[in-house]
Amino acid sequence: MTKILFSEDHEYIRIDGNIGTVGISDYAQKALGDVVYVELPKIGAKVAKGGQAGVVESVKSASELYSPVTGEVVEVNNDLAKDPALVNQDPLGKAWFFKVKIANDSELSGLKDESSYDAYIKGL
Amino acid sequence: MEPATKDQAPLHKTALWNLHVSLGAKMVPFAGYDMPVQYEGMGVLKEHIQTRTSAGLFDVSHMGQATLSSPTTDPATALEKVVPGDIIGLKPGQIRYTVLLNDDGGIIDDLMVTRWDAHTLFLIVNASRKETDFAYIHKKIGAVTRLEYLAKRSLIALQGPKAEQVMTVFFPDAMQMKFMTSQKMKYKGHEFFISRSGYTGEDGYEISVPNDFAEAFCREVLQEPEVKMIGLGARDSLRLEAGLCLYGHDIDEHSSPIDANLKWVIPKRRREEANFPGAHKIMKQLEHGTFIVRVGIKPEGKAPIREKTELFVGEKKVGVITSGGFGPTVDGPVAMGYVNADCAKVGTKLNAMLRGTPRPCEVVALPFVPHKYKKD
Repeated sequence: MTKILFSEDHEYIRIDGNIGTVGISDYAQKALGDVVYVELPKIGAKVAKGGQAGVVESVKSASELYSPVTGEVVEVNNDLAKDPALVNQDPLGKAWFFKVKIANDSELSGLKDESSYDAYIKGL
Repeated sequence: MEPATKDQAPLHKTALWNLHVSLGAKMVPFAGYDMPVQYEGMGVLKEHIQTRTSAGLFDVSHMGQATLSSPTTDPATALEKVVPGDIIGLKPGQIRYTVLLNDDGGIIDDLMVTRWDAHTLFLIVNASRKETDFAYIHKKIGAVTRLEYLAKRSLIALQGPKAEQVMTVFFPDAMQMKFMTSQKMKYKGHEFFISRSGYTGEDGYEISVPNDFAEAFCREVLQEPEVKMIGLGARDSLRLEAGLCLYGHDIDEHSSPIDANLKWVIPKRRREEANFPGAHKIMKQLEHGTFIVRVGIKPEGKAPIREKTELFVGEKKVGVITSGGFGPTVDGPVAMGYVNADCAKVGTKLNAMLRGTPRPCEVVALPFVPHKYKKD
């Protein structure tokens, strides 16, 4: 059973054991508009909680993708690099950015579950 | 993601604000106005392609519309004191793109000038510049002309290959109009100023309509199946692909028309007379060239190269991007910027420094997408 958590920067992380799959929320893709380019981290790269792990660009602007946890990148989604529009079509599914080996489980407690994230974005 | 900037002053609303909101537009502050950037169910990509393949309707009412008149003389003679274009030679119904110059030859604004008759010109200026422009025109030629701001009129643009067909439903005479001409026409008793012009590179019209009829008219036009409402997001990607300058980005008070590669706005007669603001400097630039010049920049690969990105040849900084993004029709990144004169030749290879990584680019001829104006 996997669970999904969200950061206040609108990234999600889907937890499966010690591996987290990271992408951006539906709210984030709607706010960005049509995504035309993504930059993914390199496999083996060390990412820090709240640190930059990639770039997502819409027609109008470039935004940074922040890692919701500290860890090592173990896999990246090359399909997404080829077809960035997946971010708009299936943000929580096919449009994951990278998988990270979670270094410190205690960081997860600072993230929001689905219902508290929904409440958070309603207040924005 | 960054939070939206909160403007201090309340935003102006155009007469079409309710229409935008009812169509689910995402509204953003732009030049002091609350404007639609894209519409529900569309988005910048779809809106861009809609305009290039069918017809798009734009609210550009934030732009300034004014008349410049003189009861006894030709106001064109006075206007030529502040612009380098041929205004005196405009025949009734002709439009000219020109630039308002400061005494240093810098561009205060770019604008459209239409001659209505021997004593009246019609001006359309940028939203962000209208107060500056009108104050400058008043100061320079206010003694001999009368400038009247037309606050009770809205401005919309209908652009794209189906624009002519759609216009004909409302204005049968619009079909015969040629690019850069204008006519006054009536529809349902309201007076319209119709121009065959635009800023997308497509054929189309710019339509001045009384505020109190603007929304009703737009709703009628939107009944035509070829037409969709288009926001400022696609307006920007369309004009960038068309190689057209955005004031405050690609041109400003520090760039002359020669820097901006707009030397064609100064015709032979005006060069001979050399009596426009900054003429001394501009004539020298025409003779000897400029240090920097505006060019088209095509980045290799897929990464958009945006405004303020610096350009290099080896270790040497040779320029900067002034407009850049993703061109939906090109299906890749497109940009323009200023480079040193010795790097301005088409085919010159440059590197754009993007987030610390050099990205290869090439100087290319503008536009990225051929213009489709109705010239004959």
